[in-house]
Amino acid sequence: MGGKRSIIILLGVAILFAFLPFGLPRFYTYLTALIVVTGLLSTSLNFALGFGGIFQFHHAVFYGAGAYGAAVMIAKLNYNPWLAFIAGPLVAAALSLIIGIICIRLSKLYFGMLQISLGSLVWVIVYRWYSFTGGDDGIHGISVPSIISSSKGAYYFTMVTAGLAMFFMYRILHSPFGSTLQGIRDNVLRSQAIGVSVRRHQLAAIVIAGFFAGVAGVLFVVVDNSVFPDMMFWTLSLEITIMALLGGWFTFLGPMLGAAMVVLLRTFVSAYTEYWTLALGILLMLVILFLPEGVLGKVFEIWNRRGLTEDRG
Amino acid sequence: MSFMEAFCSPGVLCQILLGLSRTVILFIVASGLSLILGVLRIPNIAHGSLYMIGAFMAYTVSRVFGGGTLGYWMAVLLAPLGVALVSFIIERGIFSRLYEREHIMLFLLTFSFVLVFGDLVKLVWGAEYRSVSMPGFFQGSIRILGLPFPIYNFILLLVGPIVAVVLWLLVNKTKIGKISRAAAVDREMVGAVGINVSLVFCIVFVIGCFLAGLGGALVSPIVNVVLGMDHTLIMEAFLIVIIGGLGNIWGALLGALIFGLTQSLGILVWPQFGIVFPYAAVIVVLSIRPTGLLRSTW
Repeated sequence: MGGKRSIIILLGVAILFAFLPFGLPRFYTYLTALIVVTGLLSTSLNFALGFGGIFQFHHAVFYGAGAYGAAVMIAKLNYNPWLAFIAGPLVAAALSLIIGIICIRLSKLYFGMLQISLGSLVWVIVYRWYSFTGGDDGIHGISVPSIISSSKGAYYFTMVTAGLAMFFMYRILHSPFGSTLQGIRDNVLRSQAIGVSVRRHQLAAIVIAGFFAGVAGVLFVVVDNSVFPDMMFWTLSLEITIMALLGGWFTFLGPMLGAAMVVLLRTFVSAYTEYWTLALGILLMLVILFLPEGVLGKVFEIWNRRGLTEDRG
Repeated sequence: MSFMEAFCSPGVLCQILLGLSRTVILFIVASGLSLILGVLRIPNIAHGSLYMIGAFMAYTVSRVFGGGTLGYWMAVLLAPLGVALVSFIIERGIFSRLYEREHIMLFLLTFSFVLVFGDLVKLVWGAEYRSVSMPGFFQGSIRILGLPFPIYNFILLLVGPIVAVVLWLLVNKTKIGKISRAAAVDREMVGAVGINVSLVFCIVFVIGCFLAGLGGALVSPIVNVVLGMDHTLIMEAFLIVIIGGLGNIWGALLGALIFGLTQSLGILVWPQFGIVFPYAAVIVVLSIRPTGLLRSTW
């Protein structure tokens, strides 16, 4: 794809999203913002999982940490909301550094299992600490600055911030650091042999991924004005992993697409039946069995194959 | 369990023993998890769901046999077998086709079963609280150091080591155990000498899941059988397996002991956050021995 063409596509998408709130009912504005927040979360997971090859099994903890960091600072400690919005991702990054340091020494599967367990510890603390985190009720009615408190304001703030976050992640992945990270994913031994510090790069990737998950968490506070412990429960972590898988591991925009598919599925299937997770489970099974490279991965594969045959012809 | 806590709160020892008796359940579930992890290399997150299904099956079986003593024994006998049957079907139907895939795919596949089983349980049994009646013989209490202690929990304390020994014999002294240990180390080589590895994996998987069902059936008289009872249990089981070393039965027992002790002592020290202590123990253990206390694979 030429650079010019992708810029035009991006501009078109930006304009489409900019006018979306004027053409759609309020609920769909909210839904779009929710999809973008979830997609950002899933993309940040894929930063570590798909591009770093790190078994980041409990990524939602950092999402929750970002959200709770901001929410607690606003609702319980009465800080300036803007300051809290900046602090949220930093809390998430700090937490991912701590959990990362503990887990990083272990190999893949072990790493993932330990991260799930330590993440559950964070969840337990949040779940039990009523006076500070609101316990299992969470915190509701968090007051955000008036400029972004309307549904349109929240929407635009979410879109711009998420767009910037996606841009930064894209740039990082296409920097020398990103290439090194993907090199480690593809061959740890070879990377070590040419003098790359594997653990340091992986740890940096975990912290960056955690930071952007925290950004997504803050955006959720802006969109929904609430936080609750389920935001850092392990089932959510695996749900966003499904999104990344569904959209396509090794593509940058795959997780966003997967998030859109899952959130829409949840919204519309749960309108008909309470058994929507059954549908999600079966969908996941089908994807694993028949489409392991994800939807976007498959699209690119077909695209490339056709390109090749055309060249030959 | 609150009435039991009130039952013998004066004695610290009783408190600890009560905590340990709950950990026996965790051990039984975790040992199955560890077995599957050690041989098949699948972190089966659906293991908790099978535990839940075991508990619900125990409820149904006990109802069918009219509750009471007969109902309880039939539940403990049949519910784990039912879970084993379910696991046999999913192993032959889906897992056995995917062993060559990456671990993360298998892991996500087990998660898809968490989603499916969760909704199926809701479909079959509903979202209400259920309880299994205990036979009269188990209902009383015995005295430990002059303090009353529920008999059922005492029995559980005895069951734990028995399960550990039986499993150890199975893994170390039987042919199937030896083959599965070999298959865990080098699958292709075992296949090359003419052993049906796929079948061995299936047997190990079913045994592991049977243990999850057994845990569910044994716990059913002392807790509320309810949707979502698997969610925190599976995390605790993971924790135990990690402390002990992946795939090591004695490691699972040791891990369960550490988990139970730190938790019950933690609750005595700091009731609200007692659950935090086992996690702290894990961090300490792993900073000393990064791959768990005992050797992780055979």
